Amino acid sequence: MAIPKVMGTEIEYGITVKNDRDFDPISSCVLLVNAYREEHAGKILWDYDQENPLADARGFQVDGEKYTPNQQENIARNKTLENGARYYVDHAHPEYSCPEVTNPHDLVVHEKAGERIVEFSRREANTLLPDGAQMLIYKNNSDRKGNSYGCHENYLMDRRTSFKQIAEHLMPFFVSRQVYSGAGKVGTENRAQPCDFQLSQRADFFETEIALDTMVKRPIINTRDEPHADREKYRRLHVIVGDANMSEYAIYLRNGVTAIVLSMIEDGTITRDLTLHDPVRAIKEVSHDSTCTAAIELQNGKRMTAVQMQRSFLEMAEDYSRTRETESWTRDILDKWAFVLDALERDPRELSGKIDWVIKKVMIEHFMDRKGIDWESPRVQMLDLQYHDLRPDKGLYYLLERQGKVERIVTDGEITKAITEPPEDTRAYFRGQCLKRYGAEVFGVNWDSISFGIGEDPIKRVLMAEPLKGSRAHVEELLEQSQTAADLVKNLRA
Amino acid sequence: MVQKTAAPVNPLDAELLSFAMAAESSQKQKSKGGGGGESAESGKGPQKLAKKGEELKEEMDALVDEIDEVLEENAEEFVKNYVQRGGE
Repeated sequence: MAIPKVMGTEIEYGITVKNDRDFDPISSCVLLVNAYREEHAGKILWDYDQENPLADARGFQVDGEKYTPNQQENIARNKTLENGARYYVDHAHPEYSCPEVTNPHDLVVHEKAGERIVEFSRREANTLLPDGAQMLIYKNNSDRKGNSYGCHENYLMDRRTSFKQIAEHLMPFFVSRQVYSGAGKVGTENRAQPCDFQLSQRADFFETEIALDTMVKRPIINTRDEPHADREKYRRLHVIVGDANMSEYAIYLRNGVTAIVLSMIEDGTITRDLTLHDPVRAIKEVSHDSTCTAAIELQNGKRMTAVQMQRSFLEMAEDYSRTRETESWTRDILDKWAFVLDALERDPRELSGKIDWVIKKVMIEHFMDRKGIDWESPRVQMLDLQYHDLRPDKGLYYLLERQGKVERIVTDGEITKAITEPPEDTRAYFRGQCLKRYGAEVFGVNWDSISFGIGEDPIKRVLMAEPLKGSRAHVEELLEQSQTAADLVKNLRA
Repeated sequence: MVQKTAAPVNPLDAELLSFAMAAESSQKQKSKGGGGGESAESGKGPQKLAKKGEELKEEMDALVDEIDEVLEENAEEFVKNYVQRGGE
């Protein structure tokens, strides 16, 4: 029986400062992240002791230096938020890792809350910049000059499922899901064959099938084995192949469908062999074909379009949901998945109010028609970039959203609440509540632990190895009975 | 560090709320159409269709104008200068 698919996303944003000749991305990121100030976030450490990004899911440990910043740098770069999220500086990008959620609806809510938090701190940071300078943030994945930054999805998986099995079935799934999860991009880069417009921001950057690295020779399937939970029981599948989506519909579908397919892999119900002849080449072939009709070569010599591959997964998922007990949200995801595949087969333009690459492409084409310009125009490249702009008044996605031209999945009320409130059904609730209630005594945080510095006592670390424990139902009474952090630690021991 | 001068954040700040409300009011307009290919009006005779097409074109033209208004002015310079370090 598949385990619940606890999930989350990590979004790295693009950052620049307009009218600043000395723009430095790292100090701009530090400025940005520190401009968002919750009461105690200014002194809480990110607990690097628990991290091991060099463990490989194929069962070995890679040599390399583990990054551990000194205390001052740690605090300057890391903010743990009361909603359970981590907001921090990752290399030269601001990054928002949303709290753990249990379903794709909440995932949309919390990923969108992240956009608002980053935008809010952008505005605060701007007040500290010299006159005329303006910080700008983009939720995309490429500067179109060969530099990419990621949008990573994480899914809790059963350790008993072998990584080999996971990788085998995921490869054709990831290569083909771009047809609805792509965020769209004008042109190509990283030495890819030229084309006017492609489905994905990221496809051009994948150079190998399976590997641990995320920065050079990027793999379609990443093997990082850092469960942030009980490693005897769980894996955290770290998905690096996705795009940073603006569309709620695309985020919802991306995470929902992927979670269903992962459950099917755990339950051994992927019965069709869709192994690709050359995945690294195929991921670009799919991305570069905005008619969605390119036939991709399978290992068995047959050819299928990406939509047909997805249809094959959908058919297996329909069988799966008929014969097993599945999550309550499964039906809605399957219906939307089917709707999108049908539309892609008829005419992708039918999805111009739903999924990013089509929304963006149709918008650009109208603009080009009206202005008599072509794909080479800098204004077209600007449209692509500005689609991802986080400013509500300038961002083109938000403009379309405001005009009711894109379909919503969640409400603004839900998003506003998620800016300050953690999800209630995972350990993120405990993390967030501890920050709200005992923030002054929180010493350090990681996904699977929270430690307290109480008076002169040694630091007390509370482990959270079970992502579904620490939910409201589970700990509300405990929290109510603990006036102080000392009470909490005492009550936990009792 | 730089954070000294930044005021503490109240995320329920009025400015943020106005952002949320602007989007909320747009939700109510959703039934008016836009979206893609799901209009209820289609199939009611060629005249209506032509009218619908005209309306759609007007709507798209208005959208292009609005985009044009907010689009970064110095596009060529701007996209040239937008250079990021690789991440992840």
